[in-house]
Amino acid sequence: MTDIVKAFITGGIICVIAQLLTDYTGITPARIMVLFVVAGVVLGILGIYPAIVEFGSAGATIPLTGFGNTLAKGVIKAVNETGLAGVLTGGVRAASAGITSAITFGYIMAIVSRPKLK
Amino acid sequence: MSMKVTKHEYQHLVKETMPSSRVLRNVLAAFVTGGLICALAQVFFMGLEGLGVDEETAYMLTTVIMIFLGALLTGLNIYDKIGKFGGAGASIPVTGFSNSIVSPAMEYKREGYVMGVGARMFVIAGPVLVYGIFASVVAGLIYYIWTQVM
Repeated sequence: MTDIVKAFITGGIICVIAQLLTDYTGITPARIMVLFVVAGVVLGILGIYPAIVEFGSAGATIPLTGFGNTLAKGVIKAVNETGLAGVLTGGVRAASAGITSAITFGYIMAIVSRPKLK
Repeated sequence: MSMKVTKHEYQHLVKETMPSSRVLRNVLAAFVTGGLICALAQVFFMGLEGLGVDEETAYMLTTVIMIFLGALLTGLNIYDKIGKFGGAGASIPVTGFSNSIVSPAMEYKREGYVMGVGARMFVIAGPVLVYGIFASVVAGLIYYIWTQVM
């Protein structure tokens, strides 16, 4: 139970930071999403984000910062295993399931569903 | 009386006049929405671990499930309502990433399956992937150099 509460709080706080940025700086949601993925990569490579995942589990991996962290984690692992070549393979390899499922499910849903008439 | 305001001054004016109660409402809605989405994901994650799936795979599958739900709810025209209520609480979780793919693809289907669906899917997901992957390459290079020096 406490793990669910921790995930709720962690995910909630990450979204609140994004909401405050939107409300106070007027940055568009698309730019916030880009900013959060990049922030996730930076915090991931510095070893800070893994500590947040340790605490909040899915509350940290589900926000886009978690996607960035996955990219960083993948590139570290690949560099440790294969050296310089890992710089190019690690990120996308670690994020491949997310990217591929987003494209696959996204494509299928876009094909089968109709936009609401406005 | 006409007033000339620069973009910067305008933003300042908006900030000054925006009722703080609205900001509070937005923040609370984002917290609850983002929190609930992550709590649901945590339930899936714990369920997968309970089935004996290792931690890394469980996180991966949880993300896949949430991406699927985001796409499904967008297709059913439900996620837009969640987004309207939750703001960043709906766009920052990976379900929002999924929504950003399905929503424009549905909208622009009439432009065809290649330049409509195929291209519009990436209006937001494209920049997210470009900057995310590019950042990972830069981070990887820095890490590689660091491992060689140390």
